[in-house]
Amino acid sequence: MNLFSAIGDFSSFFIRSVFISWQLRQTRYRILRQVYEVGINSLPLILIIATFVGLVSIVQTSYQVAGSMPRYILGATVGRMVMIELGPILTALMVSGRCASSMAAEIGSMRVTEQIDALEIMAINPYRFLNLPRIIGTFIALPVLTVIAEFDALLVGGLYAHFFLDVPFGVFNYGLTHFFYAREFFGGLMKSLFFSVVIATSGCYFGFRVRGGAREVGKAATFAVVTASILVLMLDFLVALVIFG
Amino acid sequence: MIEIRNLSKRFDSLVVLDDVSFRVNDASLVVVLGPSGTGKTVLLKAMLGLLPVDSGEVLFDGREIQTATEKEIYDIRKQVGFVFQGTALFDSMNVADNIALPLCEHTTLSAKEIRKRLCSLLEVVGMAGKANLYPQSLSGGMKRLVAVARALALNPKYLFYDEPTTGLDPIMTDRVVGLIKNLKKSHTSSGIVVTHDLETAKAVGDEIYMLKKGRIKRLKKIEKELYD
Repeated sequence: MNLFSAIGDFSSFFIRSVFISWQLRQTRYRILRQVYEVGINSLPLILIIATFVGLVSIVQTSYQVAGSMPRYILGATVGRMVMIELGPILTALMVSGRCASSMAAEIGSMRVTEQIDALEIMAINPYRFLNLPRIIGTFIALPVLTVIAEFDALLVGGLYAHFFLDVPFGVFNYGLTHFFYAREFFGGLMKSLFFSVVIATSGCYFGFRVRGGAREVGKAATFAVVTASILVLMLDFLVALVIFG
Repeated sequence: MIEIRNLSKRFDSLVVLDDVSFRVNDASLVVVLGPSGTGKTVLLKAMLGLLPVDSGEVLFDGREIQTATEKEIYDIRKQVGFVFQGTALFDSMNVADNIALPLCEHTTLSAKEIRKRLCSLLEVVGMAGKANLYPQSLSGGMKRLVAVARALALNPKYLFYDEPTTGLDPIMTDRVVGLIKNLKKSHTSSGIVVTHDLETAKAVGDEIYMLKKGRIKRLKKIEKELYD
């Protein structure tokens, strides 16, 4: 399969999964379950990552600007860095690793044990039953996770600056809020919406394509994570180009 | 009535179905007998449009499935209950949710009505009281019974059984065969049983066909023709 047909196949899979009758009466609980799976279950991991992102950002920024710029620059720099780039991209990569692989493995196992055939024979559209809730669930959960990660990183960064870098929290906060641009915050969120689509679609796509047995299920999980991560980075560039370019 | 006309299917150079034609009359159970690997499951899946065929047609009450739209295919499939060889129960759901799934998806029954239907289905297959178990904790035979209950959920006009007794011990085999015979009497639905087990074929079949090397042939004097 060449690159163009792969892109076409992936896109048509997404369209087939989302542009169908949603039958919300039957689908809403599965969407909520995916919001829980992707959102709540990823939260501890995201909080750990965000905490260290906040710490690393403040230490690195302090190292670069210490003594040459006003101290509130720390808040401004770390804030913009986290909201525009680090928050959305690291949250998306963590969710890719955690959720795209589990989606591919779960759907792949269903494929090899004929559970997807069983859905078809019961006249239940497997795209609606399996893919739609995962895509919509991730679409809802990822931006929320991103905001939580950004808040966590900035809070930890501010506290570190206050206690270890002799930058009072008020000064850090002044830099953060004075140089806050809604466009940057919402630009970051816009990125995470795009990321959510490619993460969930990758997981479902590679799960659906499984033919064979356990080995193929493992391969599908790996492909899903690798593809989702590459697509996240590509989209990061493209969206940055459009919004901030 | 289901009519299969000149159905052919090959995988690369391997001919699995070669001009297969037969008919399943209303209220009759047709058995397709054949050794493992002859394409019995392929036949069932091709009949339901799960596998594309090279040529031929399958008509459910005069409606051809191969040329039907997705909605029409789903309408036809709603009339079919299918018991998979590997049961294909959803392992993330318990017995109750497995059986209730088609009811939740295709009917507007209330939760209470679904529970009532669920209990009656579990009683029919002799699995009352097992609603909260998960497929992982059931034996092969019990899974088969739950799969039958799930297939019956929408009260289908046709029942398809794919190797319903394969891998079961003699007692469970008797139980499943008895269930198929009872369902034939009580539900008056027609269906197809594909099996390689001659005893099961003789016990449940109104008509028996033999599938071998892609060709299908009706058997009248079973032992003699099989021997030949």
